[in-house]
Amino acid sequence: MSVLTDLLALMRGDRQADRVVPRSGQSARLTLATAAAMAFLAVFAMALSVASGRLADRWSQAMSGASTIRISAPPAEVEAQTWAVLTVLEQTPGVASARALSNDDQQALLTPWFGPDLPLEDLPIPQLIEVIETDDGFDAEGLRQRLAAEAPGAVLDDHDRWRAPLVEAAGRLRLLGGLALILILGATGGMVTLAAQAALSANEQVIRVLRLVGARDAYIANAFVRRFTLRALSGAAAGTALGLAAVAILPSARDTAAILTGLSFSGVGWLWPLLIPPLAAMTALIATRVAASRMLRGLQ
Amino acid sequence: MIEMQDAAYGYGAEPLLQGLTLNLAPGSFHFLTGPSGAGKTTFLKLCYAELLPTGGHINLFGQTAGGLSRDGIADLRQRIGVVHQDCQFLDHLPVADNIALPLTVTAKGGLLQDSNLNELVGWVGLSARAHALPPELSGGERHRAAMARAIIMDPDLILADEPTGNVDWDMSLRLLNLLIELNKLGKTVVIATHDLALIRAAKQRVQARVLRIQGGQIMAAGADL
Repeated sequence: MSVLTDLLALMRGDRQADRVVPRSGQSARLTLATAAAMAFLAVFAMALSVASGRLADRWSQAMSGASTIRISAPPAEVEAQTWAVLTVLEQTPGVASARALSNDDQQALLTPWFGPDLPLEDLPIPQLIEVIETDDGFDAEGLRQRLAAEAPGAVLDDHDRWRAPLVEAAGRLRLLGGLALILILGATGGMVTLAAQAALSANEQVIRVLRLVGARDAYIANAFVRRFTLRALSGAAAGTALGLAAVAILPSARDTAAILTGLSFSGVGWLWPLLIPPLAAMTALIATRVAASRMLRGLQ
Repeated sequence: MIEMQDAAYGYGAEPLLQGLTLNLAPGSFHFLTGPSGAGKTTFLKLCYAELLPTGGHINLFGQTAGGLSRDGIADLRQRIGVVHQDCQFLDHLPVADNIALPLTVTAKGGLLQDSNLNELVGWVGLSARAHALPPELSGGERHRAAMARAIIMDPDLILADEPTGNVDWDMSLRLLNLLIELNKLGKTVVIATHDLALIRAAKQRVQARVLRIQGGQIMAAGADL
């Protein structure tokens, strides 16, 4: 709360107090450039985190609740085993519906790989059965055992085998994006601390004079804190704007499963990066205040 | 105003000043003399709490020096005007802004009328140099600007460390006259100097006590002063 109050006070500014500290070009440029670069990177880290989170949710939701049964049997037995499987499924608790894919459905599935003129009837394509689960789901192991007894050519694929590592990978990516954000904030804090320390050291004589004429520590610290906070805020705002523009011109996410083309924000997600400039300003405020307090403690 | 009881200060194991026992009464005028390195500047620093005693007791405006918080020290300095030997200024601000600095940093800048500041700048003879930067000033001008800055808060105590150190005799007398005028307005004045001629000139015009620091002790100066 105190940091927020301080931020608001800083935004109001103090023209007189700002004048007592000389402008230092190098540390000003360093802080601006650092904040802008870090904010630019933070936008991408945030986009990565948001996109991978979205992907994990999508994979998780799209694939959960659906399974496939593949029947690989001699052509003469396929139909009988298909009926047997559908009968078993009808009696299986947790199965909402089951449907044997028609030739057209299977043709549509294979078209992206083999083209539209695939002679399906000449190929040993297994029969596929789509199974939709209820919210409670079914006992996959029990179903496998029953299928083995009723239809030896049927293999249940509940998608867990390949979905779980994908969801886990997307989750890890989201975590990495968040971690990158924290690291970027930490690095920004470190850089601002160094720049503030350099400015404070360069202005030691100024600080000494201010103390001697009766300035309180808070007044002196605020003169520096205000300057570095505003620099960090404006640098981060510029970096965020550039980062958002860069994300906006990335290729659109037609294939929703692709992480690279999906590196973007959607809907209100575009508002998340607007948190970066105030976060950078808050980091600069704390870093400069700590550096100033340390410096002032050494002066009577 | 300032009371010292057996106060001591040392930069290392060996004390530079010890057994300091004195009282600076309101409205009094003091000269502090002694050889270079005797501890005159250190004594003044003890008076405005830039240094804290390593022994004994110092009471500044009714408060124990050692018990002051950092904000307490800052507030105390608003009651003490200091003219430093090297007249430290903020070199990026014009002379007038440097003179007004104590008001600026205590958020009392709004109380200062331009006419009052101009009057003060004129009183120390710097009207024509009000917009110059400190590095452009001569030694005498710097001392006068430092004096104006020291009194702008209407302090109760004025401490001047070698205020005539780098100026000619005429300028020394002008600075001395400023300090005597301030004393007549009720301010307590302490001037650290090794300029004995200046002390003699002052004693013709004001009731001044001359203190001498020697061998780490402070004592009343001899009859020749």
